[in-house]
Amino acid sequence: MVKLEVKIGQLRLKNPVMTASGTFGYGVEFEDLIDLNRLGGYIVKGTTLNAREGNPYPRMAETPSGMLNAVGLQNKGVNYFIEHIYPTIKDIDSKMVVNVSGAKLSDYVEVCERLAPLDKVAAVEINISCPNVKQGGMAFGTTCQGAAEVTRACREAFPRTMIIKLSPNVTDIASIALAAEAEGADSVSLINTLLGMAIDAERQRPCLSTITGGLSGPAVKPVALRMVWQVAHAVKIPVIGLGGITTATDAIEFMLAGARAVQIGTANFIDPTVTMKVIDGIDDYCQRHGVSDINEIVGLI
Amino acid sequence: MTKKYLKDYKIVANEAIHRAYSLMVLATADGSEMPPMEPGQFVEVAVPDAPHTLLRRPISVHDVTAHSISLLIRRAGEGTDRLCDMPVGSSLNILGPLGHGFDLRPGRSLLAGGGVGVAPLLYLGKRLKESGAEPTFLLGARSKDDVLRLPEFEAIGKVYVSTEDGTLGHKGLITANPAWQQQWPVIYCCGPMPMMKAVARLAAKAGTECQVSLENMMACGLGACLCCVEPTIKGNVCVCTEGPVFNINQLLWQE
Repeated sequence: MVKLEVKIGQLRLKNPVMTASGTFGYGVEFEDLIDLNRLGGYIVKGTTLNAREGNPYPRMAETPSGMLNAVGLQNKGVNYFIEHIYPTIKDIDSKMVVNVSGAKLSDYVEVCERLAPLDKVAAVEINISCPNVKQGGMAFGTTCQGAAEVTRACREAFPRTMIIKLSPNVTDIASIALAAEAEGADSVSLINTLLGMAIDAERQRPCLSTITGGLSGPAVKPVALRMVWQVAHAVKIPVIGLGGITTATDAIEFMLAGARAVQIGTANFIDPTVTMKVIDGIDDYCQRHGVSDINEIVGLI
Repeated sequence: MTKKYLKDYKIVANEAIHRAYSLMVLATADGSEMPPMEPGQFVEVAVPDAPHTLLRRPISVHDVTAHSISLLIRRAGEGTDRLCDMPVGSSLNILGPLGHGFDLRPGRSLLAGGGVGVAPLLYLGKRLKESGAEPTFLLGARSKDDVLRLPEFEAIGKVYVSTEDGTLGHKGLITANPAWQQQWPVIYCCGPMPMMKAVARLAAKAGTECQVSLENMMACGLGACLCCVEPTIKGNVCVCTEGPVFNINQLLWQE
């Protein structure tokens, strides 16, 4: 038996595989297809203080080995989540992480405060890296000062594990990670999407209503892997790696680069059972390599 | 909502019925029964051996038998080209059935479609007829050669045809077809957006129920990514789960 359990702050995951926010809805969308209880953790859709309609259609464009999205944090707000969604997902035997986003500092704090009493919200992931909203989001995640402010404020509002989700659209991601660590983050997750663009040459128009959007999928994996490696060498807190993971081998690469856990995002759209395959594949890999505890391989590179 | 399955299917036929369309017939690879599928629902088809084509392709259910499903596939780009060119005997991974299909009404109805939009109308017509209802079709195309699957539609009910060049049926757009001289208790429509909006306007003017099937660009098909949204009276909703079929009274089409 390979030991797959990993720890992120106080959070104990039965295996290192989580689902990335915004790619897995609230989990229930996938319940016909996979056993949600097998997931290490599931990160629910970005939640804001008030309901958001998101950006106008079209919000998505397929690009070579990837996709751009400009959803813009469509969600029904934290109160709706607490009243209507939380009760339906709280009994999934996996760790629930709520992704929190906001336009201003007080939004983040208020959402964290409202989530704090819900004991099945095992962790929050603070999104300071959404490229698709005009205010807040990535604006906080592109300076050390902004990252520090949000981390400090949310730290006081949420008593359990707090993960800061970092933007790759910066010059030096390690310095942002260090700023979050210094203010009490339990972990950092990276990368959010890379700012990108697609143009329809025939119509001579941008493909997205917002012109630019966030690139994800296998196309971003080498960039994500490099950033995870840089951050893992800079901070002492556990790092959660994501960006283009579609197979167990991809996940292992992120762990070798220093990720304690991984998130699977865009790949859920292509194969909704991919998380199960990655969990099984990590186990297989460990057996083939004589690894008895997955933690042994974290940061070997 | 119907249960979703992720299954491998085997291609038992894949025939180019037009320069831009293939008719693909699939059977479950393990010989198991077809999952129950409702008219207007769709499946998400993985495109094999196309590493740069990342996402599945949403394709509406054209016909269903106890052991097979038919898809009418339009060549719209690299992914669908690859599907149209797949050899018989190869395997395809399919997620489905997905979405909310047509709400079937008893009695007379008009099933109006154009282009690849005629695809869901065959299975809809078949199921309406089986239920004792009386489907009539109105098919629009550019020219005679572009009228797809005419004999199959004629086997189910009366068919009105409109072609833009007048080489078959009535000359002009489907909204000018003599079929509109009759009153229809319900209209089901699938086709290019300008066609659906024009049909919706006629229906609204006559006070007739009208259900349209949208084909917004999609990623997951499961309501998780929120990419395929359509503005409705309830706000932005996912076409893949709330639709693809909507009653026009839910949509914000009144310009």
